[in-house]
Amino acid sequence: MKRRQSNFWKVFATPTVIALFSAAGLFAALLGDGVWDALSWVGLGIPAILGLRGLLQRR
Amino acid sequence: MDGFGFSEGYEMKSKTIRRWSAVHTWTSLICTVFLLMLALTGLPLIFHHEIDHLLGDAAELKVMPADTPQLNLQQLVQAAEKHRPGEVVQYFGYEKDEPNAAIAIMAPTAGTEPNSSHTFMLDARTGEALEMPSANGGFMMVMLRLHVDMFAGLPGKLLLAFMGILFVVAIVSGTVLYLPFMRRLKFATVRQDKSTRLRWLDLHNLIGVVTLTWALVVGVTGVVSACADLLIAAWRNDTLTAMIAPYRDAPPLTELAPATRLLDIAREVAPGMQPDFIAFPGTRFSSEHHYAVFMKGSTHLTSHLLTPVLIDASTLQVTAVVERPWYMDVMGMSQPLHFGDYGGMPMQILWATLDVLTIIVLGSGVYLWVVRRRATKPVLEKAESVA
Repeated sequence: MKRRQSNFWKVFATPTVIALFSAAGLFAALLGDGVWDALSWVGLGIPAILGLRGLLQRR
Repeated sequence: MDGFGFSEGYEMKSKTIRRWSAVHTWTSLICTVFLLMLALTGLPLIFHHEIDHLLGDAAELKVMPADTPQLNLQQLVQAAEKHRPGEVVQYFGYEKDEPNAAIAIMAPTAGTEPNSSHTFMLDARTGEALEMPSANGGFMMVMLRLHVDMFAGLPGKLLLAFMGILFVVAIVSGTVLYLPFMRRLKFATVRQDKSTRLRWLDLHNLIGVVTLTWALVVGVTGVVSACADLLIAAWRNDTLTAMIAPYRDAPPLTELAPATRLLDIAREVAPGMQPDFIAFPGTRFSSEHHYAVFMKGSTHLTSHLLTPVLIDASTLQVTAVVERPWYMDVMGMSQPLHFGDYGGMPMQILWATLDVLTIIVLGSGVYLWVVRRRATKPVLEKAESVA
């Protein structure tokens, strides 16, 4: 049981952090302009850049 | 059904994982064609303002001194009626970035369905009508109709809502399957040197998991928006019917009281709020005997939440400030979260990027399924010939 749990976090730790950033990004710009917009660009920029990086990387 | 070849080297004994795999395969396969269409038509829609300007389809107000006074509302109604004789005003809407304009929606009758209405802009200072071609037809309208209901009305919307639910199930099951796939791989590993299939499998997993939250939010808010007709009907039944009960047996209005002071009346009973749109009597956002002025909150967050003020269309007395059921708030908040229009141009670009990444996840999913099927087919045929 313990092994499985550590497996879970080993696999899902990074995706969870990305998910939290994305959610914060989606929410931030609802609260205001300026700094809030910039926060949302960072939050949503992280998944966008990670996805593109995977796609474009070559060995 | 073991659609993606888990058996290669991972500990795939568990029946549970096979079941999740079947769920993921079939929910994705069923919704993929629709989701691809939605993602492709959604792409230009993210930039519809910019595209309208580029195509010269955006109405441009004349430059006039900043303190030029505006006509009153009844004068604007008359200007609209003069512009389209024989039609009635259904809605007047206001845009945040065009304080000198009113968007008018007119149709042969107040109850005419939205797709048969005509939308144009009125200069609030002169009453001049400015056409908005992209709101009534053309390329962007085709994109919008495909995206909203595939030209099939309510059944089309509900079908797309169902596809959206399958998409959400596919995302959840895909996330569950991410664990067995990635148990032995570091995050963001893309195996480049083994085979094309492995490269795309890793990309499908990577891009799928990083876009997870965005795709879930856009998916769920899309489902909510697709169900808007039902939510509005529910709101009419729940709230509006009770409010206008005293008018049930009242004779139909032959003449409306002038619209001149509607906004002032609404502001008095909804202090601190801004008008978003006015529904004229007989439309589905009002009653046969009422103007409904929809007021929005003045903070960033509450500007998406609408409070209707019902104003008697013959006496101009306020009948009610209608309470907002929770599902109308959900509907209001779903719109920005689906459109991605609330964080400036950088957000639109990120929205488009995430949309393209989603197209790649959908496409690679189909590719992986086809490749897997081709690989298992000979085995199946052998099994069949033995049996």
